[in-house]
Amino acid sequence: MDPLQFLTTAKVAIVAGKGGVGKTTVTGVLARAAIRRGLRVLVVELDGKPSLGRLLPDVEVQQLSATAALAEYLDTHGLSRVTKRLASRGIIDVVATASPGIDDIVVLGKIKQLERSDAYDLVVVDGPAAGHAITFLLAAQSLLASVRGGPIHSQATEVLAMLTDPTRCQVVLVTLPETTPVNEAVETAYALEERVGVHLGPVVVNSVDMGPALDAEAAPEGSPMRLAAEFRNARRALHRRECDRLADELALPQLHLPSVAGSHLTIESIAALADHWAPA
Amino acid sequence: MSAPAGTLAEHLADAEVLVCCGSGGVGKTTSAAALGLHAALLGRRAVVVTIDPAKRLADALGVPGGLGNEPTKLDVPGAGELWALMLDTATTFDGLVRANAADEEQAERILANGFYRNVAGSLSGTQEYMAAERLHALHNDGRFDLVIVDTPPTRNALDFLDAPGTIAKFIDHPLFKLLMMPTRRGMKVLNLAAQPILRTIGKVVGGDVLADAVAFFQAFAGMETGFRRRADEVMALLHSDVTRFVLVASPRADTIEEACYFAERLATSELEVAAVIVNRCTPPFGEPPAKRPRTLATAALYDNLVELRANAATEQRQAAALLTATGVPAGTHTTWCPRCPATCTRLLRSPPFAVCCSTEPEGLRATDPRPVSSSRAHSRRHRCRLRRQRRHRRARRPRRVVHHRP
Repeated sequence: MDPLQFLTTAKVAIVAGKGGVGKTTVTGVLARAAIRRGLRVLVVELDGKPSLGRLLPDVEVQQLSATAALAEYLDTHGLSRVTKRLASRGIIDVVATASPGIDDIVVLGKIKQLERSDAYDLVVVDGPAAGHAITFLLAAQSLLASVRGGPIHSQATEVLAMLTDPTRCQVVLVTLPETTPVNEAVETAYALEERVGVHLGPVVVNSVDMGPALDAEAAPEGSPMRLAAEFRNARRALHRRECDRLADELALPQLHLPSVAGSHLTIESIAALADHWAPA
Repeated sequence: MSAPAGTLAEHLADAEVLVCCGSGGVGKTTSAAALGLHAALLGRRAVVVTIDPAKRLADALGVPGGLGNEPTKLDVPGAGELWALMLDTATTFDGLVRANAADEEQAERILANGFYRNVAGSLSGTQEYMAAERLHALHNDGRFDLVIVDTPPTRNALDFLDAPGTIAKFIDHPLFKLLMMPTRRGMKVLNLAAQPILRTIGKVVGGDVLADAVAFFQAFAGMETGFRRRADEVMALLHSDVTRFVLVASPRADTIEEACYFAERLATSELEVAAVIVNRCTPPFGEPPAKRPRTLATAALYDNLVELRANAATEQRQAAALLTATGVPAGTHTTWCPRCPATCTRLLRSPPFAVCCSTEPEGLRATDPRPVSSSRAHSRRHRCRLRRQRRHRRARRPRRVVHHRP
């Protein structure tokens, strides 16, 4: 079965995971692989440092910032007069404080708008960093509980409809083949499915040390070759074990990516990683 | 102010507060736990605070039942003590409200408020502020002489520094001012309708949210001074020279970049990095043979060694860039037994540094085999090689994998 089949089942793919697991890499590789499939792709970056524009020169990359989106939203919802009276940053703080999560809902609202656009077949969202992914995706739910009317309420309702519809949106979780990241991926997956009701696509395990076991004993004990082989074997065994454990605990398909040593991501390294899923 | 220069071990011996900071996924929690254990082994009464609800600290320290909001004493050998706790933001915020409220009635009014319940858990910076607040309380707690804080995994890892200011900003908030001015004349929630700004905001976010907010700020009246004074005290503690910042990074270009940025950010707050931990470096292993061996099996071992050494060299370059950028003097970046594929758990359950190579702790669990490492103490690496090899042989027995979910 085609492992990338999921790219065509829903228009929006939100890439989520803890900080440091490689969300941006995975977003880039998914976009590159989708383009090779002939899909028209839009990449959305949230708040962070813009980096995918450089890595995907032939792809449309859009930056969404919560502050800018909220300012635009308030402007189009009759607050422009007030904005003039208070400093624009001040009014945004006021609204965001009065109703936590409103900035997230406005960003999700923008993603929903892009989903409606006919110009793209796939919208890949490089999700928010750190532990923010759950809060971000839960924003619609918590706002519906606290705000019982008005445009924000209807916005949240529409966003929730998109998030919970598996034909429109799915979340691609990214993790590393190590104990803590796997535990966290499992917890996040349960939280997203149970509390948000969002459909989960495959889990991407990034930086997997793949390969067969080396015959360490072919080198003399204590020699650099022996130590390096033992180190490599231990790491590969751990990665296999953690991938297996992830499979045991999460009934989701897994996609693996090898690690890219130490240096910066480049156009070439993204393309090379995409070869693993969709050969050029 | 400037933190005294010294090795990490020296900081562990004389600091009163250690703040572990760095971006997500670099091993802050593990480093904080290892530092705590090492301090305890040096004879200090250390407490490690984590804000991460993901049970990482409990896992790293091998506390089976998990940690609570109150310090739990852990079993360590020697005269020192090791305590750990997992911060519960909402409970800490509630405690702060109770402590600052004029009376029980005011406290209850605030704690029951819907807006407060929303804000206590989710206002950006609340978690960070509560961590800073708790740090201050633990620093004044006679049971401990060293507080080690694992900073929360924030979007940009910098919020912790702004946290004490956040609460002051909250009090000086435009919404607060907007609402509190009329209060002096006895404004009631019903008067909202007369306020065009509030009416417009109410239209967007819903009137009931705003009503809750108004009620909250009204109930909060009179408590600002206490909150602000406390925030100032916390800020003063962070700036005092008993507090040292330990920057944790992994040897990857992007996290190194973030760490450099973090160091710059510390500098703008007139704080400086006292020590750097570069976690998960690939060990250099030693020179490969002069010629690539001919037999298939050994040639594969040769290639593997060359590949890993190239990775190690790249990583060391990244780490060196961080040391240059932070201006950390030689010897203040550190390592725990860098060469063995030791697990963090193993490091934590046995005495750190060279000694860690000599013992195989009980209750070993499957964790990351990549070592905690950096470029200091090359001589130590060589010294502990033999003991390490002995341990490698023992470590080959099957390990128990712990499942965290039923």
